[in-house]
Amino acid sequence: MIWLGIDTANTPLAVALVKDGQVLANEVTNIKLNHSGGAMLAIERLLTRVKLTAQDIDAVAVSEGPGSYTGIRIGVTIAKTLAWTLNKPLVGVSSLKMLAANAAMYNGIVCTLIDARRQNVYAGAFDAANGFENVVEDHHYSIADLIEKLDSLNAPVLFVGHDVDTFWDVIVETLGERAVRAPYTIDLPDAAQLIYLAEKMPQLTGDAVHNFVPQYRRLAEAEANWIKEQKNK
Amino acid sequence: MGEFIMEKDLYILGIESSCDETAASIVKNGTEIISNVVASQIESHKRFGGVVPEIASRHHVENVTIVLEEALKQANMEPKDLDAVCITEGPGLVGALLIGINAAKAFAFAHNLPIVGTHHIAGHIYANNLMQPMEFPLLALVVSGGHTELVLMKEHGSFEVIGETRDDAAGEAYDKVARVLDIPYPGGPRIDQMAHESDEAIEFPRVWLEPNSYDFSFSGLKSAVINYQHNAKQRGGDINPYHIAKGFQDSVVEVLSTKTLRAAREFNVKQVIAAGGVSANKGLRTELEKIFNEEGIPFFVPPLKLCTDNAAMIAAAGTEMFKAGKRSGWDLNGRPGMELRSWND
Ligand SMILES: [Zn+2]
Repeated sequence: MIWLGIDTANTPLAVALVKDGQVLANEVTNIKLNHSGGAMLAIERLLTRVKLTAQDIDAVAVSEGPGSYTGIRIGVTIAKTLAWTLNKPLVGVSSLKMLAANAAMYNGIVCTLIDARRQNVYAGAFDAANGFENVVEDHHYSIADLIEKLDSLNAPVLFVGHDVDTFWDVIVETLGERAVRAPYTIDLPDAAQLIYLAEKMPQLTGDAVHNFVPQYRRLAEAEANWIKEQKNK
Repeated sequence: MGEFIMEKDLYILGIESSCDETAASIVKNGTEIISNVVASQIESHKRFGGVVPEIASRHHVENVTIVLEEALKQANMEPKDLDAVCITEGPGLVGALLIGINAAKAFAFAHNLPIVGTHHIAGHIYANNLMQPMEFPLLALVVSGGHTELVLMKEHGSFEVIGETRDDAAGEAYDKVARVLDIPYPGGPRIDQMAHESDEAIEFPRVWLEPNSYDFSFSGLKSAVINYQHNAKQRGGDINPYHIAKGFQDSVVEVLSTKTLRAAREFNVKQVIAAGGVSANKGLRTELEKIFNEEGIPFFVPPLKLCTDNAAMIAAAGTEMFKAGKRSGWDLNGRPGMELRSWND
């Protein structure tokens, strides 16, 4: 069984191929890339490198967000189009859970976050000892709200993600020694982890593939304003 | 007897997602529509009074594979029956463009098909090739929400923009005037209807620019409408929106058709075509038909569903590019400000 994994939810571009529980190829790049131009190219490069074609893919795993709206859509569009047209199953995995899975050997709470600008983050916290169950829901938080939620857990929290450094000082201010910083070697999304998680999740087929959409975890601005207007009427 | 070469039929899948329609179509030999599917988002955008790019992009992701499947199903074809995939590369909303582009790339990659990035306006012009063969030299009047251009074509794949708008596109002016008249989005077709139903027109200026120019300008006209409305309100007089609609439309139609006629004469064209969403406008259509009938130059405008955004037109234009050997790579990306350039140079 050959899995293709794709993550374009944020700045990094991660793609991997896994065959029967073995990583065949794995690539991650962390510079400001243009995913729309680069993602398909990366998939082709990886398949060519291991002498496979698109037709050899048996299942597709994709990071479903949250993250950059445009970024998530690129990965999701490629993944759902491939799954639909090759008639293969699709699995969407949280971009935050995928990052948390990098800390698989850790025995505690893992928080992953993505900078959403203006002191906001997309973040979630997971219990690594319990199959990465969410202990703080994936959502769009102000950094202050996130820290408050983590503080109330009263436990050490391991922080994973290349955007953590941006908020590290304010995190430590409240959590003190309960805040643990992961080594940078596990800060980037890993598409093999994405596949590893996907293997244990229900697979989407048929109409569920058509209906698969990103998990933005936030309304579009126009929609939020429109709802506000309706309430004020 | 010379060697007889059987030319193979070309089946091209077109995909379009540059604004608020998600569309897919299969076209045979660039001229015959086999299937043509359009998922319109207009109902969703109505509440915002116009197309919201982020909402448009979200809907494209929801619709894209459904539309593709429907296009194949209606054509009763499999991916292996196709020769290439043509996709709108630009211009358009960048976030919207790249959904179609990435779906097109994934689909083409999965089935080892070549991919051709196509210009949206070339598509609008080539919608005519689905109705009757294009004959050159050809003059195209492209009028839509984003464009007002006179394009001269000397042969397939050759585009010379001889005139364009210096400010608002014609469709944009329609939308803005509709807003002034409190007509809900999309207001263009309603203004056309109101103009049609009115027997009286307010006199608004015609903007001709320099005597030799084929360029257009509609912002002055739009301001004249706004001023008229404003002054009439201040005087407390009665405002008849039907008279305003007719006055506005008369000005737009007269400028567009007069310049098109002058260009058709100067360049001695064999065919004049109208393209783009606003070419569905009854007032414009009727006037162009009348003047070119009198002039004796064949004039064509595609049926409504081929005037508005669709993928058959992208497949039609893309087929000619494909035949000319044009191919895109897997790094194909959306080009929101893409210019219309000849592909046969
Ligand atoms: Zn258009």
